[in-house]
Formats: sequence, C-alpha cells, structure tokens
Amino acid sequence: MSDRFTITVDGREIPAAPGQTILAAAQASGIYIPRLCHMDGIEPVGACRVCTVRANGRVVAACTQPATASMVVQSQTDELVSWRRQLVEMLFVEGNHFCMFCEKSGSCELQGLAYRLGIAAPRYESIWPRREVDASHPDIILDRNRCILCGRCERTSRDLDGKHVFGFVGRGIHKRLAVNARARLADTGADVTDLAIGACPVGAILRKNRAYRTPVGDRPFDREPIGAPVETRAELTINGGPAS
Amino acid sequence: MASEDINRVVGEIGLRHGRERWRLMDIVRDVQERLGAVGPEAVDAIAGWLGIARVEVEGVVGFYSFLSSGQRGRVVIRLCDDVIDRMAGYDAVRAAFEGALGVKVGETTPDGEFTLERTACIGMCDQAPAALVNDVVVTNLSSDKARVIVRMLRDQKDPSKLVHRFGDGNNSHPLVRSMVENNLRKAGPIVFSGQTRGEAIRKALAISPAEVIRAIKTSRLRGRGGAGFPTGMKWEFARAAAGDRKFVICNADEGEPGTFKDRVLLTELPDRVFAGLTIAAYAVGAAEGIVYLRAEYAYLRRFLEQVLEKRRADGLLGRSVCGKPGFDFDIRIQMGAGAYICGEETALINSCEGLRGEPRNRPPFPAQRGYLGCPTVVNNVETLACVTRILEAGPATFCERGTHQSSGTKLLSISGDCTLPGVYEVDMGITLREVLELCGGEDAAAVQVGGPSREMVGPAEFHRTIDYDDLATGGAVLVFGPDRNIVEIVSAFMEFFVHESCGFCTPCRVGTVLLKEKLDRVIAGRGEPKDLEDMLELAETIKQTSRCGLGQASPNPVLMTLRSFRPVYDALVKPDPHGYRRGFDLQASLREAERVAGRGSQQHQEGVP
Ligand SMILES: Cc1cc2nc3c(=O)[nH]c(=O)nc-3n(C[C@H](O)[C@H](O)[C@H](O)COP(=O)(O)O)c2cc1C
Ligand code: SF4
Ligand code: SF4
Ligand code: FES
Repeated sequence: MSDRFTITVDGREIPAAPGQTILAAAQASGIYIPRLCHMDGIEPVGACRVCTVRANGRVVAACTQPATASMVVQSQTDELVSWRRQLVEMLFVEGNHFCMFCEKSGSCELQGLAYRLGIAAPRYESIWPRREVDASHPDIILDRNRCILCGRCERTSRDLDGKHVFGFVGRGIHKRLAVNARARLADTGADVTDLAIGACPVGAILRKNRAYRTPVGDRPFDREPIGAPVETRAELTINGGPAS
Repeated sequence: MASEDINRVVGEIGLRHGRERWRLMDIVRDVQERLGAVGPEAVDAIAGWLGIARVEVEGVVGFYSFLSSGQRGRVVIRLCDDVIDRMAGYDAVRAAFEGALGVKVGETTPDGEFTLERTACIGMCDQAPAALVNDVVVTNLSSDKARVIVRMLRDQKDPSKLVHRFGDGNNSHPLVRSMVENNLRKAGPIVFSGQTRGEAIRKALAISPAEVIRAIKTSRLRGRGGAGFPTGMKWEFARAAAGDRKFVICNADEGEPGTFKDRVLLTELPDRVFAGLTIAAYAVGAAEGIVYLRAEYAYLRRFLEQVLEKRRADGLLGRSVCGKPGFDFDIRIQMGAGAYICGEETALINSCEGLRGEPRNRPPFPAQRGYLGCPTVVNNVETLACVTRILEAGPATFCERGTHQSSGTKLLSISGDCTLPGVYEVDMGITLREVLELCGGEDAAAVQVGGPSREMVGPAEFHRTIDYDDLATGGAVLVFGPDRNIVEIVSAFMEFFVHESCGFCTPCRVGTVLLKEKLDRVIAGRGEPKDLEDMLELAETIKQTSRCGLGQASPNPVLMTLRSFRPVYDALVKPDPHGYRRGFDLQASLREAERVAGRGSQQHQEGVP
C-alpha cells in the first residue's frame, strides 16, 4: 500500500493506486464519471468516449487512462459536459431509438445518461440505418437497431463466459454486431444465463418474455439518475472513513 | 464451388501458412485470391483450421476493403477516387469502365468475370487517374484507355497482359514488370544518395547498440511517417523495455492520400530500407523484423522478397548478420488488405496479428508492449532509409541539412496542378513557395500539405516552411490551381475519413458522417451562417474526443479551411432574404418519411425469424 498516491478530480483529492484507471479511482471515492462502453468487471477499451476527461490538461478516456501521482483531473467542466452530450446524441442518431416503444426504457444506460446530461432531443439529423433484428433464439432477442457498438457483450462473452458469442463485422459507420454463427443467434452457443446477455447497456440484447415485468416508474433510472448509486455508496464510504 | 472443394483449398492454404492465429491475414488474403470471396464455408474452414471463433474470421474479412464475403469477379478493377484522381478525370474514366462493363461501381458482371470498385488513394497521384486491376497498376487513364483495357481483359483474360511498356528504373525489373513511373524529380544527398553495399550495417555492428542509438540521437532524426517522434528516443525505450523477444517493423502502409514517396523508395532503394531496419533491430535487440506492405503495392512484393533473399545469401540477414556473433535477424513481409487505419502503428500491429485493424489503447506503447505483446519499434520507410545514411556518413553529414529542430532532408510527394508532379528530396525548412517553384505549381490557389489529415494553405501563407515546427508532413503536397473548388475538395477529404474510420469509437465513426452531411448541405446552398458555427463545434468535439490520430485529424479539412478560406464558406451561407430555413429540404424530408414508414415492414422480411 505504500505506493498509493492521490489525484484530484474536480478539485477533490482522492486516493488512487498504480495501474488503477481514473474512472475506477473516481468511482471508489464516490465520483461518477459517465460511461457506456465500460462496466465493472471487464477490460476497458475506450470506445464510446463518454468518459472523456482532462487529465493534467490532456484529453483522455477515464476508463482506460491510468491514474498517476498528483494527476489533476477535470470531469464536470462545461466543455467536457458539452462533448459528452454530443457523443450521446451521436449514439442516438446513429441507431434507431424509439424509447417510448422500448422495453429497456427506464433501465437503459443510454437513455439514463441522456436524462442526466439534460438532452431533450438530439440536435443532429438521424442517420436511420438499416439494421437487422434476430429473434431466432428461444430466450433472447437481438435488436441491432438499438446497438451502440459498445462491445460489452463481446468482451463479456469472451472473457467471462468463455464463449465468443458476439463479434463485429464491417468498418466505420457500417460496423455491425455479429454473432458466432452463419446467421442466427440460435445457432451460437448463447444461453439466456450467459453474463453477456445482461451486459448490454441498451435494449439491443433482451431476454424474451420479460417485457414490462418491472412496471414503468419502478425501473432503476425512474427511481434515481444513472450514476447515483456510485455517488451514494461512496457517501457511505466517506462517512465511514476513506476508501482503502 | 462445393464445400469439399472450399475445404480443400483452405486446407492447402492453411498448410502453407501454419496454424498460428497471427497468420490469419495471410490465409484470408490467399483464400480471397483463389476463391474470389471468403464466404461462409471458407470462414468456417479457416476458423476450424486456426481454432478460433468464426466471428473473429468474419470480423477480419469484413474490416478490410480488399477482402469480401460476397463473390467478386475474377478480375477486380479498383478505381482510385481520391481528390487528385477526380481532378484528373476520374468521373469520365469511371463512366467509361461502367459503360464497357455494363455494371456500376460496386457491382460484378453477371458472368462473374469483372467487379468494378472505387478505392482510396493507391499512391499514384503523380500519374492519375490510376487504378488497380487485381495487382496490376494502370496509370494515366482516360476514357479511351478504359475501354481498351476492358477489351484486352475480355480477350486475354490476364491482367498482366495489360502491361505494354515498363516504367523507369526497377519498374522494369523482371519481378516488378510495372507501368508505374518513379517520377523522381530531385534526389538529395541523404535518402536518394545511391545504393548501399552493407557499409552502414558493418559500421553499426562495429559499435555497441547504445552507441548506435547515440548516433541516431546526435543526428536528431525524427520520424518521417508524420508524427515526428525522435527515432533515437523510441529505440531507447524499446531497448530498455523488459523482454527477450523484440520486434522491429517497417511501416510501408503509405495510405495518406497524396503520398507515394515510400513506393519510389521501395522500388529503387529497398536495400537502404532493409539496412535501416536491420540497424534498428541491432540497436533495440530484436531478432525479427516485419515489413507491413499495403495491399495496393502488392506488385512490388515478389521483387522485395527477392531482395531479402539476396540479403540472406550475402549474410546481411539471417544468423550472425555480417558475421557478428549473437546478432541474428530476419525480415518477413506482411501484406495489408486495404485499410488506411492500418498505417497507425497500433492498428498495424493488430493487423499483423491477424486482427481487425483497430488501434490499441496507449499506454502501453508499442515500445513497451507491441506485436505479440513484445516490445516493438515501428518506423516509416523513409525514416529507416535516413538511418542507413546516418550510420554510413555520420550524424554530422545528416545535420548539415535542414534546421536544428528538423535535421536532414524530407521526401515530398507532389501532385495536382503543377507541371512536374513526382518525388522530391528537399532540405527540411524549405518554404512552400520554393516547393511550388520546383514543381511548377506557382499558380496554386491552395496547397494541402500533409494530405487530408493536415493543413490547407493559401497563397498568403506560402512563406511557411516544411518542418516539424511549422508544416509537419509525412510528405504529401497536393497543389490546387485557382479553378478548383475548395469546398468540394474538403467534402472529398471528409468522404475519405468516413470511409476509412475503423468504427471503434463514437466521435470518429458517427461524428465524421454528421460533419460531412452538414458540409454537403452548406455546399448545396442550403446552409445558414449558424451551420458554420455548428460545424466548428462538431469538428472540435471529434478532434478532441477521438481515440486515435485518424479521428483526431478527420475534421481538419473543415477546421483548416474554415480558418484560412472562410470567405468561401460565408458566400455559401448568406442568410435567406425571406427568412426561410434554408436547411430544410422538403423533398428530402418526404423521402425520409417514406423511408421510415417503409422500414417497419421491411424489417420483418430482413429480420431472422
Ligand atoms: C491514421 C494514421 C495513419 C498513418 N499512416 C501511416 C503510414 O501510412 N505510414 C507511416 O509511416 N506512418 C503512418 N502513421 C504514423 C504511424 O502511426 C507511426 O507514427 C509511424 O509509422 C512511426 O514511424 P516514424 O516514427 O518513423 O515516422 C499513421 C498514423 C495515423 C494516425
Ligand atoms: S449489443 Fe448491446 S452490449 Fe453488444 S455492442 Fe451492442 S449495445 Fe453493446
Ligand atoms: S478515431 Fe476511433 S473510430 Fe476513428 S480510426 Fe481511431 S479508433 Fe477508429
Ligand atoms: S466508458 Fe470510457 S470510452 Fe466508453
């Protein structure tokens, strides 16, 4: 523990350890840095860029950038919040998102982040891509219209489920989620109990026959904004002494 | 083709390359060449052979422009559609090919003989319009030539028969046999100083690796690939990095539109480049080297293989190079498959490992953990040629040229509206005006220095200099005369980035598309002054938040011209006198609504039941 050090995030001094990312260090101290392509427990890759911060003045992705001693991090500046807003708006117009008809509404991280960032409607014109729906699997539905290409399913399947059910084809704006079969999810080894199935931040991978089991109004982001658990849990930690 | 045959072909190709995962690129390339596609059966067979998931193979096939899952024709004609080629008559050439073949760009003839495609810069801007016919380069195209080419291909079936004369120098070498011209207009005392006979390597091996690095540092050599990182420092990091196995890689991806100097260097002085790579290996302690050669330069491959073979025979590669005990080193050529992003060093490394050419996160840097997780140095072709000269003639000779911050000479690839397009070796620090005088481009109204990624400069700034302090460039100089439409050029550059974005991160994947849409609306006369402010904001977000150099540079065409050529934009976005919203296009909106309405039912058909 002797090599632990501190960094400051938006003026608050917090502990960090060598190799720890800015995002992880902040989170351990109850500071929520928005993120979409990263989730706890898998390797961060820096794809969505929503976690963008300034570290010692340089623009970096907080989910991949290691903290270093005395690093000065800014996260909630006007500039950074504006960039995040634009990135989230880009993700909306890139896909086909109709929140009012989506059963993920209320537990969708993209939507949750849009609310947190105060986005009423994206300012860009929609791209309206053509994307495929795959309902072949008895227990799982795959709706690529809502996919934000975050790669959480791919990494979770590969690294936690040990399966490699998901991958990507295409390049640039034509990049698409693919499954490890000639065409259908049903022909992969995907199982509804796979961790990958729960890894999707949006309504692109859904378990069948669960729709509306939790009533609207009772869903996670109906009750508190996205990120709140990080902030409140850490409140406890601070009250009980600094995180070790 | 029957499944058994596909399995047999994949089996043969697999045997040739082995079962290591990093051979995937070689395997898919060969399968594509033999079968005209890497279709579902082939993907299964390859995945089985390498013991990886089929979606990984599919991901690679779907990433690179020269690979495809759908059947392509026996002959693939790829028309280079970069800005310079468009200026030189791309549209007419394309129309002639389309007419003669009876298909549009992106299609294959019904008999399965021909596929017609467009492709990003193939490194032939000084002899544009140009195209690739399979591996064969055809240059200085016209509508008539296009029709003749199609007729010859129909009659003779063999693209190599198109070569009716040879270009200069080694372009006529029996293993090259190409019509490509070097157009080397100005050879300087560093890079194009003549052949090397192993003096540089022998001098390097006579001193310690640390002393070699010191010599490079003394020369103040900086990377010629664009980023300008001090070469000696990069080597020192790799040398100091922990690990028994290290790699040196020569970046011959040369994908920045308008750049072709590495092609000439590889054609005429490959030994200088390989010598530089060998010296780098000695300095950092590497036993293995890779030359990553872009697919567009496949016509040079057999020649380069032979040069390497000769070097092995001469003891300049292999065990105990030049009789130096303990210094074993060899080089292999890794072919790319059509992806500009693979010039970015970490994407290049992924590509060498048989992965999608997506960049990696840094840290770790390649010098710490690169190819196969080992410390790796990546250097540009020209950088390595400089290394050879520095060891041969001493750092002082190198420093005599250029400026203090930017020592030595620089190769420029000059094309566009000038009388003498081609490759020039000039001293670092040369002014743009001097460059334009050299190439006969004095009438230029704008010059794009460094390709789409860098800067567009107008006459008021022709006093600026080419060096790392001012106009840093990998070598591209695109000259535009007074009749050229600046915003059309900008739009074409944006199209390039949209096409070449790897798609890994949001701002580059989506932002470039949105930025290009806004720009095109302005160009179409449907923009308002506010659109320019919106473009600036969007461009800044893309620049700042993108994950790698491609995305960070992608809004530069817009940003740079909004800065230097603002009046051109202002003229396009005069406020509407009637106060209407100019951005609103009723026809397009209706089309969009129709499309959305039609989509619901289509989705059912498309979606898998
Ligand atoms: C999108 C992109 C494309 C690049 N393309 C090339 C290239 O074609 N050739 C090259 O040498 N460097 C290219 N680079 C720079 C490389 O990442 C790397 O800096 C260079 O190869 C290092 O060699 P040097 O230090 O000798 O210049 C590219 C960088 C980016 C971001
Ligand atoms: S399906 Fe979900 S988890 Fe997978 S890439 Fe798309 S949005 Fe991310
Ligand atoms: S900026 Fe992002 S999307 Fe663009 S090439 Fe780099 S990693 Fe890929
Ligand atoms: S969470 Fe960091 S880039 Fe997506």
